[in-house]
This record gives sequence, structure tokens and C-alpha cells, in this order.
Amino acid sequence: MAKLKVALYWAASCGGCEIAQLAIGDKLLKLAEAADIVFWPVAIDAKYKDVEAMPDKSIDACLFNGAIRNSEQEHMAKMLREKSKIMIAYGSCAYEGCIPGLANLFNRQMIFERVYIETQSTDNKNNILPQTSCQVPEGELTLPEFYDTVKTLRQTVDVDYVIPGCPPEEKTTWLALEALIEGKLPPKGTVISHNAKAVCDDCPLKRDVKKIKKIYRNFNIIPEPEICLLEQGLLCQGIATRGGCGAPCPQANMPCTGCYGPVEGVIDQGAHFLSALASVIDSNDPEEIQRIIDDIPDPVGSFYRYSLPDSLLRGAIIR
Amino acid sequence: MSFEPKIIAFLCNWCSYRGADLAGTSRMKCAPNVRPIRVMCSGRVEPLLILKAFEAGADGVLILGCHPGDCHYLEGNYKTLRRVDLLKKMLSQLGIEDERLRLEWVSASEGERFVSITDKMTEQVRKLGPFPRRNGGNNG
Ligand code: SF4
Ligand code: SF4
Ligand code: FES
Repeated sequence: MAKLKVALYWAASCGGCEIAQLAIGDKLLKLAEAADIVFWPVAIDAKYKDVEAMPDKSIDACLFNGAIRNSEQEHMAKMLREKSKIMIAYGSCAYEGCIPGLANLFNRQMIFERVYIETQSTDNKNNILPQTSCQVPEGELTLPEFYDTVKTLRQTVDVDYVIPGCPPEEKTTWLALEALIEGKLPPKGTVISHNAKAVCDDCPLKRDVKKIKKIYRNFNIIPEPEICLLEQGLLCQGIATRGGCGAPCPQANMPCTGCYGPVEGVIDQGAHFLSALASVIDSNDPEEIQRIIDDIPDPVGSFYRYSLPDSLLRGAIIR
Repeated sequence: MSFEPKIIAFLCNWCSYRGADLAGTSRMKCAPNVRPIRVMCSGRVEPLLILKAFEAGADGVLILGCHPGDCHYLEGNYKTLRRVDLLKKMLSQLGIEDERLRLEWVSASEGERFVSITDKMTEQVRKLGPFPRRNGGNNG
């Protein structure tokens, strides 16, 4: 059998997805047996022009991580889409925007002012902001255009599969790679994980009656072991999050923050969790309800930590 | 031309829809901007439906249910109260004005109350203008 051709790329991301790909360990050798890696900026020295020179659909599969927040990333997403038979959104940034997507609470101007002017560690007396083009004695220098709004890969190009997670667990990565190598990929559009049901389905902590009178932030309490964290008043989002990760976070006393994205069939993870949370708040008294809710300082950052660009409203309205 | 807001109203079957019906059969005059959707209970109106309504072009969303203590399913309206409070907090973070989402209680006999709530909300949302959209579609 001819070897597969695989490309891996990064856009607006933290680099964690590359670590997750390397974390599959000796399975990388199995991948290398079955596939030639033709492009992978973190590990091999291939240039953009090498990709440009490849014939259309000559790459069998591209694992694309990172959201789309500038023109270079958009250009590469479109080029790799043309060159690849299968486009896989790898990790939460490509899938739903993830942490870089929280920038959609602001716009370009606000971000530039904060990053290049206001931060305490910035020394920029002339208030110089990044320009797409600038003249220097040697000629013109260019930079990609920074967009107002972060987009997901699916909002940019046609995507065939998703591998969820921030970053994806090793077993999730391998589930997809093995299916690719063996030619047994599921139907187009599948979000590949071991469990399409909620994280709670994988979680061994004991649930009783979900009713809470007070919401805590992680540093406010040391949770009881073996009891569901949501029932202890922590914002554990296992109930609204796709399983398959094996629920490592609640088992380490950390509430699930939702990195595997929404459960199958749900279009807005934040609204889904908000709904579930409101249902377990144990009060019918308007003032008490308000007091309980007041203990959530940042609903958007908590409920849409990984999915703001992919949510129904996409981000905040800036006036 | 002046802006005419579209307001999606979720009315619970047992009280508020009948209240609206009473307003109709009594021939009360009422702003025509409200598009009623009958649901079995206000508790059926998940936050996702509210966001979906905004995304699909609603300028305001109104939820009407039975008065506290009167819900046909006992506690559906309390659940709605908690959801709407939390959703409002989140929407304010997203820059959506408070007046665009409203939860009120209207009983089967309160045709007039239905009219005054819908008229007032129509007026408020008309002043706000169309539902604002994140310019996510075209980047730049
Ligand atoms: S809410 Fe969190 S702690 Fe509770 S069962 Fe679900 S995943 Fe486990
Ligand atoms: S438990 Fe939640 S946050 Fe942790 S890996 Fe799984 S989906 Fe991600
Ligand atoms: S039946 Fe009217 S609010 Fe529940």
C-alpha cells in the first residue's frame, strides 16, 4: 500500500496541540510507518512554498490546529484545504475558537491598545501599532492583517472531522489517527472521541440530588473527594461537555471546564451549561437567586471558555 | 421609515397564551410586533431557544408564564426565572441591552396586562433599534 501523506499545521493556538501530538509517544513510529509527514512546522523544515507547489488533493489528511485570527492563518487554512483530501480540525481552537476566541469579547482596536500600549511592561512611547505594511530603507516590510473577530476553522473552510480537546487526550488523537491509517474513518462531520455522551458519563464521582445553594470558585473550597463537584457548588461543566477524555479533571478535584466541546447535537455549549446550572440552583426566591448568581464573576469566560466564536452570538457587541 | 422591532414571545399554554387570547377576543388594541409561540410551560424555554431567536433575527424576546405558585407543572416558572436571571447577566457581558429580554407573569384573566407588557416592550425595543450583530461574518 502506498504511504499516506499527512500535513500538520498551527494557527492561533498555544502550542499545546503539538505537545499532544508528540505525546502519543511510540505510536508516532506507527504513524511514520504508514504515512509520510510532508509539512509540520514544529518538527520538519518544509516551507510555505513547498506546500504551494504540491498538486491539489495530494495530501491525504491535514491536521489543522488553531483558530483563525489573521490573514496568514486564513490563507494557510484555504491553501491546506485545497491541497488536502481530508481536513481535520485538531483541538479546541480549530474546532470552536477556544482561549484565543475569548478575544471576541473585544475588538482589534481594544486588543492593540491593551497589548501594545497599556500593559505595565510595555514601553512604546510613540504608540506604534502593528501595520500590515511599512517602508524601511531596504524596501517594504509586511505583516499579516490582524482581524477584528476570531473565527473557527469550520467558519473558514470546509472541515471533514473534528478531534476535540484542549489539547486532545492522547487516546483521542490515536483513535482518529488509527482510523485514518486503517482507512476506517467515520462519516464526514464526525467529532471523533470515545464517548458522544457527556463527561459525567465517564466520571466516577457520586451524584446524589443536584441542588446547590452557593457557587464557589475553585480557590474557595477544598472539595470532598468522591462527590460530584457540581453538587458541591463548583462550576463543573461535565454535564454539558462531550465525553471521551475519561474525565481526568474532576477525578483530580478540578471542575471540568468544557474543553471537549458540546455534547452531540447541541449547538451552543455555554447556553446548554447555563440552562443546566440554573436548574440545579436551589431557590425560588428572586433575591436569593440573584445572590447565588452574583458569585459567578464571569459567566461568558466560564460557560464559553472554549467556544465563544462557535457560539450563537459569536462574541460581544462593541460600541 | 421608522424601525419596527420583531419580538418573539414564548407564551405558556395554561396562563399567558389564554391571557393573550382574552386580549384578542375582547378586541383590545395591541402592538402588532409580537410573534407569539405557544409552549406548554415557560420552563420549556431554554436559554438556547432565546439565543437562537436573537440569532435568527429577533430584536427582543419576551417570555410569559403563569404567576409564581400557579405553574401547571408546579415549578417550571421558577426554573425559568433562574435561567433568565443568569442569561441576562451573561448577555450584559456580551453587550446586549437588558430590555431585549423580558420575563413576566400573565394569567388567563389578564388580557390587559398582556397588552400593556407587549406595548411597553415594543416601545423600548423600538428605541434600541435592531439587534446588534458581531461583525464576525466579514473579517477585517
Ligand atoms: S458534574 Fe463534574 S463532577 Fe459531577 S459527575 Fe459530571 S463531570 Fe463528574
Ligand atoms: S474533564 Fe472537561 S476540561 Fe477536563 S479534559 Fe475532559 S472535557 Fe476537558
Ligand atoms: S405552565 Fe405556565 S409557566 Fe409553567
